[in-house]
Amino acid sequence: MQTVGSKQGVARRDFAPWTDHTLAPLLRIEGLTKRFGAYPAVDNLSLAIYPGEFFALLGPSGCGKTTLLRLIAGFERASAGRILLDGVDLLPVPPHRRPVNMMFQSYALFPHLTVAGNVAFGLKQEGLPKAQIAKRVGEMLALVHLENFGSRKPHELSGGQRQRVALARSLVKRPRILLLDEPMAALDKKLRGETQFELMELQRRLGLTFIIVTHDQSEAMTVADRIAVMDRGHLMQVAPPAEIYEQPNSRWVADFIGSVNLFEGRVGLDGSSVEGTALGRLRVGAKIAAEPGAPVWVAVRPEQLRMGPNPAEPDAQWALENDVAATLADVAYLGDLSIYRLRTAAGVPLQASRANVGPFAPRTIASNDKVWLNFPRAAAIVLTQ
Amino acid sequence: MRKLSAFNLATLVLGIAFLYLPIVILIVYSFNASRLVVVWGGWSMHWYAELAGDAPLLGAAFISLRVALVSATAATVLGTLAAVALVRFGRFRGRLLFAAMIYAPLVMPEVITGLSMLLLFVAISVDRGFWTVVIAHTTMALCFVAVIVQARLVDFDMSLEEAAMDLGASPGRTFMAVTLPLILPAIAASWMLAFALSLDDLVIASFTTGPGATTLPIRIYSEVRLGVSPEMNAVCSIVVAVVGIAVIAASLLTKIGAARGAPAGN
Repeated sequence: MQTVGSKQGVARRDFAPWTDHTLAPLLRIEGLTKRFGAYPAVDNLSLAIYPGEFFALLGPSGCGKTTLLRLIAGFERASAGRILLDGVDLLPVPPHRRPVNMMFQSYALFPHLTVAGNVAFGLKQEGLPKAQIAKRVGEMLALVHLENFGSRKPHELSGGQRQRVALARSLVKRPRILLLDEPMAALDKKLRGETQFELMELQRRLGLTFIIVTHDQSEAMTVADRIAVMDRGHLMQVAPPAEIYEQPNSRWVADFIGSVNLFEGRVGLDGSSVEGTALGRLRVGAKIAAEPGAPVWVAVRPEQLRMGPNPAEPDAQWALENDVAATLADVAYLGDLSIYRLRTAAGVPLQASRANVGPFAPRTIASNDKVWLNFPRAAAIVLTQ
Repeated sequence: MRKLSAFNLATLVLGIAFLYLPIVILIVYSFNASRLVVVWGGWSMHWYAELAGDAPLLGAAFISLRVALVSATAATVLGTLAAVALVRFGRFRGRLLFAAMIYAPLVMPEVITGLSMLLLFVAISVDRGFWTVVIAHTTMALCFVAVIVQARLVDFDMSLEEAAMDLGASPGRTFMAVTLPLILPAIAASWMLAFALSLDDLVIASFTTGPGATTLPIRIYSEVRLGVSPEMNAVCSIVVAVVGIAVIAASLLTKIGAARGAPAGN
């Protein structure tokens, strides 16, 4: 399958331990199942996570991502399967002896202890000498920029400060893996953006392995080296963010991540076109990995649809590509970009988006205008399932 | 604030008077100089002084205090354990029955509790006295403790305990270092309530007491049957003061607990 300008591992250029078969994973999950009654929240799931990875579990609510995290932390008992950390099965180990720490969605700060007391809690359980505890608590508070807040109680802090206390508390024991359960859900949008970058920076600096659970795709795509998209207890796809977006492996993933136009059709006789779609015959970039006549779906991202007042010029680069006439139904102006909802003459709904740049920002297009849409064959993602 | 209308004010005054006028009269008459209970003879501390010399009455008061201390403590420990079991162990077999049995004494008429206790002690031929009253009061107060502590545990953020375990605290350490400090105000409040309940109980105590274990309410009741003496007014005023302080302290502690236990900022 051809990709459009694929830049895998955008965050760290040469970091891709999952492609190196000589490396041993830090965490290996094998056939893990967790049933609540008859309902499987996590269903025969297998996964390998490598040292130093920032790994995201992404999915709609109820997909089992939090259950998976809680299984790793030890708060849920697995129905079947194994969780191996450095080759040692974690399942018989009670949560207080597992070398992983968790940052809770509610932060779960102890309200009767000060900020320093909260951060010191984990070290006290190890029975470290007082001076050493004080030193490490000080270092941790400095790391999250809360040096002067050690003697405050959690209820005297802002939401962002509490979040950083929770982070410091879960990092102070230097866990093999840090589990983060929706760590930024309670922050406002602007702060969330800054915190995401701080979190990435912190993870790189400490060289730790992070597993984050989130339902926010932009958050997962921002912070993670790899994303596991989950639905109903299954892993739908595990890949770096760019691959998840540009090469989804199923209609479900294509539809879940970002927006997409989907057309059902059959593989054409030449093997590089799809026939009988709502838009007619569509040309795609590469040879389709399916027999001619097999049912497939063509996915096109809204930003790949080019809009113009005329059909593509016969001599233009796109002349032999996919060209469709449509009527503009309405426009959502979002500032940086606008989203256009269109309808073909046959009534097929389409979505296109365009960045609002340049002197001819497409604000000139108004409702009920006739426009031509085309997309290059390389932008067509063919999905067989 | 909305202004009180004349009607609202009248019902408020009447309601409060209905509740507290008898007690106010009792307290005022405890300072009556006259020997006749219903004739006002001017202010005096005479009956309080008289009280100090009344050895049987002081003895009864001392027994009542001891019963209240021991039974309140026992009821608090057992009631807290019952509440933890009800909230934390989910749906164990027989949970509903256990809950019903814990709460039944709340609505059980005291006469029945007292009588059944008496029958039990007779049946297993236990000599009635100090300890039988303590046992009876413990069972009575236990259910109140369980209700109060359970209410606190129900809105306790479970992730706090998970966080403690995640940071390396064993389940026992977690209870001592996190759960207990956070529910302590509720436990203290329920101890106060158990203490007050035991101190002023007449019915159950009179069924289960024996020679040498006459509690203060029993003593007062038997004195008053022979005629109300101003001295009794004085005793009752003191009891009202002690119980009042205990109940106010309990409600203050509950409030502190609710403020402290609430997840910060939520």
